[in-house]
Amino acid sequence: MNKILEKEFFSKNVVQIVLEAPEIAKSRKPGHFVIIKMGKKGERIPLTIASADAAKGTITLVVQKVGVTSAKLAELEVGDSITDVVGPLGEATHIENVGTVLCAGGGVGVAPLLPIVEGFKKAGNRVVTILAARTKDLVILEEQMRAFSDEVIVMTDDGSYGKKGLVTAGMEEVIDREKVNLSVVIGPAVMMKFAALTTKKYNIETYASLNTIMVDGTGMCGACRVSVGGKTKFVCVDGPEFDAHKVDFDEMLSRLGAYKDQELKDYENFLKLQTA
Amino acid sequence: MEDIVAYLKAERGQDWRADLRKSMKAKERTSKLRVKMPEEDPNTRNTNNVEVNTGLSVEQAVLEAQRCLDCPDPTCMQGCPVGINIPKFIKKIETEDFLGAASVLKETNGLPAVCGRVCPQEKQCESTCFYTVKMKKIPVAIGYLERFAADFERDSGQMAIPETGDSNKIKVGIVGSGPAGLAAAGDLAKFGYDVTVFEALHEIGGVLKYGIPEFRLPNDIVDVEINNLKKMGVNFRINFIVGKTASFDDLKADGYQAFFVGSGAGLPRFMNIPGENYNGIFSSNEYLTRVNLMNAADPEYDTPVISGKNVAVIGGGNTAMDSVRTAKRLGAERSMIIYRRSEAEMPARVEEVIHAKEEGIEFMNLHNPLEYYADENGRVNSMKIQKMELGEPDASGRRRPVPIPGSEFIVDVDTVVVSVGVSPNPLIPASMPDLEVTDWGTIVVDKDSMQSSIPELFAGGDIVRGGATVILAMGDGRKAAAGMHAYIQEKVKAN
Repeated sequence: MNKILEKEFFSKNVVQIVLEAPEIAKSRKPGHFVIIKMGKKGERIPLTIASADAAKGTITLVVQKVGVTSAKLAELEVGDSITDVVGPLGEATHIENVGTVLCAGGGVGVAPLLPIVEGFKKAGNRVVTILAARTKDLVILEEQMRAFSDEVIVMTDDGSYGKKGLVTAGMEEVIDREKVNLSVVIGPAVMMKFAALTTKKYNIETYASLNTIMVDGTGMCGACRVSVGGKTKFVCVDGPEFDAHKVDFDEMLSRLGAYKDQELKDYENFLKLQTA
Repeated sequence: MEDIVAYLKAERGQDWRADLRKSMKAKERTSKLRVKMPEEDPNTRNTNNVEVNTGLSVEQAVLEAQRCLDCPDPTCMQGCPVGINIPKFIKKIETEDFLGAASVLKETNGLPAVCGRVCPQEKQCESTCFYTVKMKKIPVAIGYLERFAADFERDSGQMAIPETGDSNKIKVGIVGSGPAGLAAAGDLAKFGYDVTVFEALHEIGGVLKYGIPEFRLPNDIVDVEINNLKKMGVNFRINFIVGKTASFDDLKADGYQAFFVGSGAGLPRFMNIPGENYNGIFSSNEYLTRVNLMNAADPEYDTPVISGKNVAVIGGGNTAMDSVRTAKRLGAERSMIIYRRSEAEMPARVEEVIHAKEEGIEFMNLHNPLEYYADENGRVNSMKIQKMELGEPDASGRRRPVPIPGSEFIVDVDTVVVSVGVSPNPLIPASMPDLEVTDWGTIVVDKDSMQSSIPELFAGGDIVRGGATVILAMGDGRKAAAGMHAYIQEKVKAN
């Protein structure tokens, strides 16, 4: 049981939760994720760790309501507990001083990007961060990102905040004006696909952190498998970060939709029950 | 070894055993027919999840126990990886001292109700039974009797908790709560250690929970055995991955003196054929975990599972049988086994194959998948299969399957479960760079003490064997417990 200590809505559907998890807080590194499960009948879902405080024994998760489990999680209040939290899982981000790192986050992908930005900055890199969202209300963690980035560029699809345009426009802007040694992209699969195509044009080494469907998260089931450079890899133990230029994002997108109909039906029922 | 022979002889020489042997002529014993295990009706059970084998009645058990000749040299025991005193427990059943029989089982086996159900007795104790070896007759149903005694004890409400030695307050850690870990935990608790079992998942039991289905091994039975360990003082920590949540060094700093790693062979293998990542294609681990551990087939639970109409399960092992029978129970119209060798080479237990056939499972033996095809949404809708024939024996001693050119054909499938084996889970070896592992990723251990290249770390079960059975894992756990005990006592003495 892991108690929720703080909770803050960033927008209607995006919530930040700080919860007690002393061992994970101590051992987690940038790039790691946890698997959570709520109640006896809950499902296991992976969530990337946005930050942690080893002294306080807490980890921070940022969750977007997309289905039954994330909606239930968003409903929990301070003082409530999450039944099962296990981690930290996955391989940590390989952080070293490479020069200039271009970090691009889309939607809630910005949350797992935060510790990576922090890590690269602390390792002595120049870090340029692009925060992309559909609209102003969905831009998250801007202040925290500014604390660890040399520059932050905000991109919104509708132009309601920052610059108008997609994440790739922001990336091109940076690549055009300065030498980028490494890029890290985290966000929806479609965003990562196009971000990877952008950096590929300029031959910039790029990592993407994948958030696939998982069950156990320890390599046991293979639900999270993706093709990387033509080989099947397990996101939970081989990843979550991979060479973005080698990831088959179309296959990943298709696999993310494996339970779409069922999930949508369950979510609609769940919302109906809530309003009833 | 001499100790064991002398011990067995002394036990066999006790008056009650001698009297019992005299009470019935050997000829009368051998003329009895082996008991038949009562089963649920195949056409009903393949629509529900109740246990298939319903267990022997008291009368059946006593009759079967009478078949056992109480041999002077009980060769059956050579086939038992945990060294159960088989004649003694069977003779206890013959005298209708069923609780006594259960206590004999528990001297060497912490999970008799589990082993009585899932051990491949036909390849172990029953294959070395005097009936099999010398008389060329059907062996004594040792497995059924083991299950009977264990179930009797559980149902009696007088379950005996094995005695534990005086606490020595020495902390030992067990990594993984599957059969190897549970067996090691039980023995170490008996020796008096302060035992903590660390489990990555949210449930204790490992493969006994996530892998083996309810219809073959009900979870309640596993829980009873786990509760016994708890009563013996064993601590359990769920949601804890040693090497991730905390490192071995962290735990050592916390006072742990030695570890047993029984983390299992938790990395499913795929065939790396085109289309294998389409939706609707699962590893057997994923399929069974969704259904068994996460209760995905129950709409009350949040985890989804695809219940296909035409399900193909690739492989011929017990896990393949579990998967294909699960698919049938989830409502498949057609559930097929696709296996590249013939039935004679199948690694699955004979009983499971028979049960599967009774339940309407189709067997496409000597067939091998080549490619999968999908609809516009990426969901598998058919597969290409090739016919095979048997050639010369390969490294495993089984005849090698050879493709028949031009024999390819297409079968409609909407769900595929790939059950072609597992590789060792990489989490532990990855967290300990100094640990010696084989090219396959299995941990290298001394075969007697189960000690690894890191002195305080012992290992057993599938992380050492690569993929074996519950009982072999348990045997390893027991050996490792003895090895750890010897290692720690030596260390204590040295200080």
